[in-house]
Amino acid sequence: MPELVTRVTVEELPSATGDPITVMRFSGDITSASQPAVLGTYEGLPDTVKRVLLDFSKVDYLNSSGIALVIQMMIAASKRGQTIHTFGLSPHFKKVFTMVGITKYTTLHPDEASASAAFG
Amino acid sequence: MSIGRTSGDRSSSSIELRLPSRLGYEKVAMNTAASVARLMGFSEERVEDLKTAVAEACINAMEHGNKLDDSLSVGVILSMDANSLEVKVTDNGEGPQSNPDAPDIDKKMLGEEDARGMGMFLIQALVDEAEWVSSPPAGSYARMVIHLGQPQV
Repeated sequence: MPELVTRVTVEELPSATGDPITVMRFSGDITSASQPAVLGTYEGLPDTVKRVLLDFSKVDYLNSSGIALVIQMMIAASKRGQTIHTFGLSPHFKKVFTMVGITKYTTLHPDEASASAAFG
Repeated sequence: MSIGRTSGDRSSSSIELRLPSRLGYEKVAMNTAASVARLMGFSEERVEDLKTAVAEACINAMEHGNKLDDSLSVGVILSMDANSLEVKVTDNGEGPQSNPDAPDIDKKMLGEEDARGMGMFLIQALVDEAEWVSSPPAGSYARMVIHLGQPQV
């Protein structure tokens, strides 16, 4: 039973209130095998990116190794002075993200509109 | 992968799976446990809790217990009675050497703690009972129980 491939697409959304928002849309599984897709894609973003929106609405399966990759992305974002907002998590994974403390470093939003608006 | 049903008793019964120590196969155990929990009448929130706990226990068994040795299998035994569902995940290793600590996100962000290593914490946080039993040379197991009617996490 192979894991589902992790797919990440990147979009840039214009913002009337400041820097554009870079959206990373994840789909498939996010596991230990997802490092090239998750961190590789993140590291390929230009240094000029200041606002990052994470979309988990199409993720089928996420485990603790996948969550660790999200934390590693947040460590890198903190060093680059970026702000991260997140949406699309199921109620269960909102609870899990809260349990492990990720919510100290990103806010979890119910949908893309509220997450985008949170950049101000 | 093999599947067996070990008891036909109406009041308690069990299902056994044997999985290869290959990442990805934990989803077989996770989805089997979810199906059983739904049949027993657990809420969807509790089913999701159990899915994560079972997947993490299987991943630990594959990675740490069996060192991803494809020739070693991970056993999963689901035992049901009227009020509870117990899942035992067995491997050939020595079991964890310490109790799970809550992850410290600030230490992780500062690089003072590995970004990984949250599996046992999540298991303990998501089920009603969790224990890890080491019994070399026979192997080790993680045991998890959820109870019907228990307040949600």
